[in-house]
Amino acid sequence: MNANTDMSLSRRTMLQGTGALVIAVSMGGTTEALAQVMAAPAAPKGALHPTDLDSWLSVGPDGKVTLFFGKIDGGQGTDLAMGQIVAEELDVPMSSVSVVQGDTALTVNQGGASGSTGVRFAGAAFRQAGAEARRVLVNRAAERLGVAPERLTVTEGVVSVVGDPAKKISYAEIIDGKGFQSKIGWNDEYGNALALTSPAKPKSYEQYKVVGTPQKRMDVAGKVFGTTPWTGDIRVDGMVHGRMIRPPVPGTSVVSVDESSIAHIPGAQVLRKGDFIGVIAPKEWNAIKAAQALHVNWSEVKDPFVEMPELYNHIRNAPPTNRGGNDRGKVDEAFARASRVVTAQYEFPFQSHASMGPGVAVADVRSDGVKVWTGTQKPHFAANGVAGCLGVAPETVHAVWVAGSGCYGRNDAGDVTMDAAVMSQLAGKPVRVQYMRHEGTGWDPKAPASIHRARAALDADGNLLAIDFYSKGFSRVDTNSSEGRSGDTLAGMLMGHKGAIQQVFNNPEGAYNFANRRFSWETIAAILPGASPLRTSHLRDPLGPQIHFASESFMDEIAFAAKADPVEFRLKHLSNPRDIAAIKAVAERAGWKYGPAGTRRSRRGDLAMGQGIAYAQRNGTIVALVADVEVNVRTGAIRVPKITCAHDCGLIVNPETLKLTLEGSIVQGLSRAIHEEVQFNSKGVTSVDWLTYPIVDIQEAPQIDDRVGQPIYTRSTGAGESAMRPLVGAVANAVFEATGKRLRRAPVNPANILRSI
Amino acid sequence: MPQYTIRVDGQTHTIEADADMPLLYALRDDLGLPNPHFGCGLSQCGACTVHMDGKAIRSCSTPVAQAAGLEIKTLNGLGTPDRPHPVQKAFLEEQVPQCGYCINGWVMTAAAFLETKKNPTDAEIKDALAGLKCRCGTHTAIMRAVRRAADSMA
Repeated sequence: MNANTDMSLSRRTMLQGTGALVIAVSMGGTTEALAQVMAAPAAPKGALHPTDLDSWLSVGPDGKVTLFFGKIDGGQGTDLAMGQIVAEELDVPMSSVSVVQGDTALTVNQGGASGSTGVRFAGAAFRQAGAEARRVLVNRAAERLGVAPERLTVTEGVVSVVGDPAKKISYAEIIDGKGFQSKIGWNDEYGNALALTSPAKPKSYEQYKVVGTPQKRMDVAGKVFGTTPWTGDIRVDGMVHGRMIRPPVPGTSVVSVDESSIAHIPGAQVLRKGDFIGVIAPKEWNAIKAAQALHVNWSEVKDPFVEMPELYNHIRNAPPTNRGGNDRGKVDEAFARASRVVTAQYEFPFQSHASMGPGVAVADVRSDGVKVWTGTQKPHFAANGVAGCLGVAPETVHAVWVAGSGCYGRNDAGDVTMDAAVMSQLAGKPVRVQYMRHEGTGWDPKAPASIHRARAALDADGNLLAIDFYSKGFSRVDTNSSEGRSGDTLAGMLMGHKGAIQQVFNNPEGAYNFANRRFSWETIAAILPGASPLRTSHLRDPLGPQIHFASESFMDEIAFAAKADPVEFRLKHLSNPRDIAAIKAVAERAGWKYGPAGTRRSRRGDLAMGQGIAYAQRNGTIVALVADVEVNVRTGAIRVPKITCAHDCGLIVNPETLKLTLEGSIVQGLSRAIHEEVQFNSKGVTSVDWLTYPIVDIQEAPQIDDRVGQPIYTRSTGAGESAMRPLVGAVANAVFEATGKRLRRAPVNPANILRSI
Repeated sequence: MPQYTIRVDGQTHTIEADADMPLLYALRDDLGLPNPHFGCGLSQCGACTVHMDGKAIRSCSTPVAQAAGLEIKTLNGLGTPDRPHPVQKAFLEEQVPQCGYCINGWVMTAAAFLETKKNPTDAEIKDALAGLKCRCGTHTAIMRAVRRAADSMA
């Protein structure tokens, strides 16, 4: 029996027991950093309340420190960052720290993975919790040792008297298995906004020994050796396999189901509630075959969508559902005195989350409580969504996050969790549901398509007098980015529940100090409301790539009109030293050749080479990118051999995980820049697999020079999404330099390049 | 239902399955070896890769009947934390996986490739790995790791 089978068995044992399933990963040497699946003796007792210090961390009898992290880490090392922050404040070795995350019974709702707020918000909360824990422990040590707290020092979890090291007591001895039994201040917020306060003063940056160092991630060994359980590996006694049935044309309803069409498949059974329809079978392969074989009569409906070539006209012509924006200075007056006006319009397609593995979840719905194992990035919200779908009280639902396929926003992991729960309720037994590829790409929430119109007023000398930037598109959240309400999920929608319809868009983000500028936006209604494969929600850096493709392309268009250098033109409109430093750094590292826009071009046969820059901010994080491109002017083929990145996110907790996170988001961003576009026709989405929704290949992986720089001693502002924000713009600007023709429709693929030429 | 005898990671198993059932489900569901992952079921991503008689194949599209009697190796059989395969060691050292769902495919494909090709160029590595998908964009780290493994196996 190999290690993995042992693990499956021990896991099953746990599942049968009453103890919570906890996946804690040691932060020790990487080879020991294997997943341990165990009951949770170190778990907080009773109801979790944010004001109990015990809700945040525990010290075991062996001195091991466990953090209870109410977000999850999807592989960028945010859990490790929490560990480093707490190890720093507590003065304990990293090898004694482990993190429990995403289990609703063991962690407070800190919002799940969301908005690059792991280090920014949860890190701040854990810094305070760690500092408070140290303060409490040192005060108790002072009482026990009979000295003033000021005379104590802490080394590797042992408190001792300065100058008299024989007088000492360990954290474990102080806690003595009883927990902290101490309070901490809380701002009455759950989710991302949750913050903690206490009399303890966290360390100052100068004292840091662990924060800022390249510690190794806790989860890598388990992934490389295949010893970590994944969401899809969870097996519960009596569990059956489920598959969903999606309508051939979105918006149709089930008229009748011919159950005899699957009678020949052993154990196969139809489960249905309204238009929610799926199949189950004891064997997974039989569930798949039943889903393929089941004959369903669907109602006739009008084609739900417009044809794809009509998408951008549809957006331009659709009545607005909401609008927003703001002015600075006197925009209209500036345009009235302009000697020249530059205008442009840009278009950006729908994009799919297209997770590496389609959604999978296991649900066990019983009369005395519900348990779901889920890969969603927001398990606390998903538990509420499950309760809504099932019609049970939220406190009876226990969601356990287990690492799954990467989630970069609202992918299909939440929807499949609801589907599994509804199926389990209907079947009266535990059900594991996994989507097929066509559902993972074809039916996941999409990043919205949009159009952007920009105008710039120039005076006779080419000075910029005013900018007017307008966006119009589908809301960034037709479907809420969490799964907290049943109507925000496919299962709930199909059962007739209503979700929260929010109509919101964004403006460009950066520190340009334009004296006169207008930012405005309008949203339009979903083409098909409800359970639509084009419903929109968050995909990594929601709306960032769309808006900054347009706004940063437009900066180059103005520079071109003003015969200015794109780097110098940006610098001229920035005054914050950190933005200026990032742009200068990226230009220097990339070997930027200064000169007017449109002159960084070289040619070798059909190949045209160019270099382009783009810059943006994201919640205070500054990113400047230079892309080097090669375009075949005959075929439109594009290659991006190199991307140079200057990134300033304030305090860096772990330079190695930051570097890898930036690399990943740059490559994922490149995929969105040069490939990704959801295909559809009037009858539905036709991007349903990796052939019809191509993404970046290793053949296209660029050289990346990510100059992350030295830690800047200011608060951390987040790094999970920022690097992809200006990427499409940088690539488009480089293509302009290469070809001399402006591409205004994303993605920057051969079809759109040839169209621009 | 037909019976098949398959050898996986050095052990012999007999399973009952439809002849057209992909090997992936035999490994994951019947034998409890979950490292080959379901990614697409269409041979388009590689998350389900195992070795069959030393060759990297896509278990999502290989009928179990075709695997009968052949030597199958999964990620577990490739190496362990105590005795890591050079590719696993390199992926660990370079801290490659982010979500890690795809990593089985890259490790198994690279391991099979490096058995047949010593001192490959970067271009040859990219050719060998072409078509595998990674959604987290760890491609540059993958290249560093496979380069490192290739150098250590030279």
